[in-house]
Amino acid sequence: MPRRLMKGNDALSEAAVRAGCRFFGGYPITPQSEILEYLSWRLPEAGGTFIQAESELSGINMVYGAAAAGFRAMTSSSGPGYSLLQEGISYIASAELPAVFIDVQRYGSGLGDIFQAQSDYWQATRGGGHGDYRTLVYAPASVQEGVDLIQVAFDKADQYRNPCQILSDASIAQMMEPVTLPEMHEHDPNADWAVRGKRGGDFKRVTSTMYYIEDFDAYIKNKYDVMAEQEQRWESVLVEDADLVLVAYGISSRICKEAVEIARAQGIRLGLLRPITLWPFPVKGFAEVNPDVKAYLSVELTSLPKMEDDVKLACEMKAPVEKFLGGANIPESTAIVERAVSILKEQR
Amino acid sequence: MTEKRIPELLVEPNKFCPGCGHGIINRVLAEVLEEMELADRAVGSLAVGCACLMMDTFGTDWIQAPHGRAAAVAVGVKRVRPECCVFTYQGDGDSMSIGFSETMYAAIRNENITAILVNNGIFGMTGGQMAPTSLPGQRTTTSPKGRDPELTGRPLNMINQMKQLSIGYLARGSVASAKDINKLKKYIRSAIETQMNGGYSMVEVLSPCPTNWKMNMESSLAHIENTVKSIFPVGEFVKNGERIDA
Repeated sequence: MPRRLMKGNDALSEAAVRAGCRFFGGYPITPQSEILEYLSWRLPEAGGTFIQAESELSGINMVYGAAAAGFRAMTSSSGPGYSLLQEGISYIASAELPAVFIDVQRYGSGLGDIFQAQSDYWQATRGGGHGDYRTLVYAPASVQEGVDLIQVAFDKADQYRNPCQILSDASIAQMMEPVTLPEMHEHDPNADWAVRGKRGGDFKRVTSTMYYIEDFDAYIKNKYDVMAEQEQRWESVLVEDADLVLVAYGISSRICKEAVEIARAQGIRLGLLRPITLWPFPVKGFAEVNPDVKAYLSVELTSLPKMEDDVKLACEMKAPVEKFLGGANIPESTAIVERAVSILKEQR
Repeated sequence: MTEKRIPELLVEPNKFCPGCGHGIINRVLAEVLEEMELADRAVGSLAVGCACLMMDTFGTDWIQAPHGRAAAVAVGVKRVRPECCVFTYQGDGDSMSIGFSETMYAAIRNENITAILVNNGIFGMTGGQMAPTSLPGQRTTTSPKGRDPELTGRPLNMINQMKQLSIGYLARGSVASAKDINKLKKYIRSAIETQMNGGYSMVEVLSPCPTNWKMNMESSLAHIENTVKSIFPVGEFVKNGERIDA
């Protein structure tokens, strides 16, 4: 397949269609509106349905309906709109339906602003909505990786009958990069659980599955335990001999990758552990790290630390965990190196 | 003598309070779906409130939506499965209070779904709180001195909200008498026919809640006939996409 230069949001949209997504209901909000704009013409062209909903609340519930009917369905949003999706995500998880959601993270609480951030980490990984559920959360660090991960997200959503999320951000969404797109995939919507009228069989009820499953506490815990064990994904860069390991995902991991190169050229043994799944957090990746590592540095584009907690849990505090925060100010790779050097001096 | 035949869709006796109107509306809807041979490809969307009790007793496929969002869920199903008969079944609190936006926008887009909105002027399931449709002066657990329109506005007339829209079918029926029930069945049939031919349809049904109205059955029906209908007139308001100024 030839490579094409595509904007992050457009590439993610095209990849979703090629993953067999045939329904989108959503609402405009910067910096994710290109997803709506792209799918508004592309989905009908592919025989699917696009609806510009009157609100995110309505959009996610249209997705609930289409997913219950057996079709690959998704919505996307950002910031304030992502908060409005949470009610629906909880319902879709509770009904154990597959669906995919994209959050193109923007900065700040409340209205905030439209530029890049990584502040929705807890909302994405801790549930966001009410009750006992988790979603697989994939964090692409490039336009190509978004294309690849959305296919994975739809497949895993089907495998576990559970919603999956793509946690993007304004940088990845708005940048243009060369991508190779996958072939078109058609999805069979006639799963035995799909509502389409009973058609001679028993009638089906899509609601919280807790009403119909015995020993539900154990059942649902086991479901998420299996996902946590089997679905961790990460990339590690030079962690085996590192004195200090940076932990960063998405756009901040690219700055960190450059910091590792700069540091290594100066003989400073820096490494990077890049979570690709944020839930489950790739705890297994920490086993690859130098057992004598002196410190970790969690790098996040957020005013208040979030992923730092997961880093502390994953390394079991065997080494100090420091944080490098950003958001309104995007860190320079050299600043990260300077900070790493200063931490290493303190640890000496 | 005619034979008493219970629709097969009513798979168990209903679970509503004695004197509740939902049981009659369930029966009428089941009869229409079976007579139109749509029972096998019907999908219902309901949310929160007394209507949910139908999920165990009314044998169509069901999706339970978040409170108020049944119309949006129904739209998602109908758009991907246009061959299905997709309906919402909701009370007035669900469809007209928390779900006003979803209910209205399904109509504004003239979605091919049928909305059955049951107006009993009260939140039944949660124990008798004021609804958008509660009458002026009506005592509820959140308007213990009677609904004061100065503070809470006038009762919401959903038919008036919708009748200026480009939609397929709009009617308000009642279960207050045998005559009304027969008319209601015609309205629901027309609504489902409209959906299957293309176009949004809504039937609002005036229904008693003796438990929370604190009335007996007889006085509940008389209340609908003498009082509720003066604020919520019954009849057809839009038919075949044309407004009827009855």
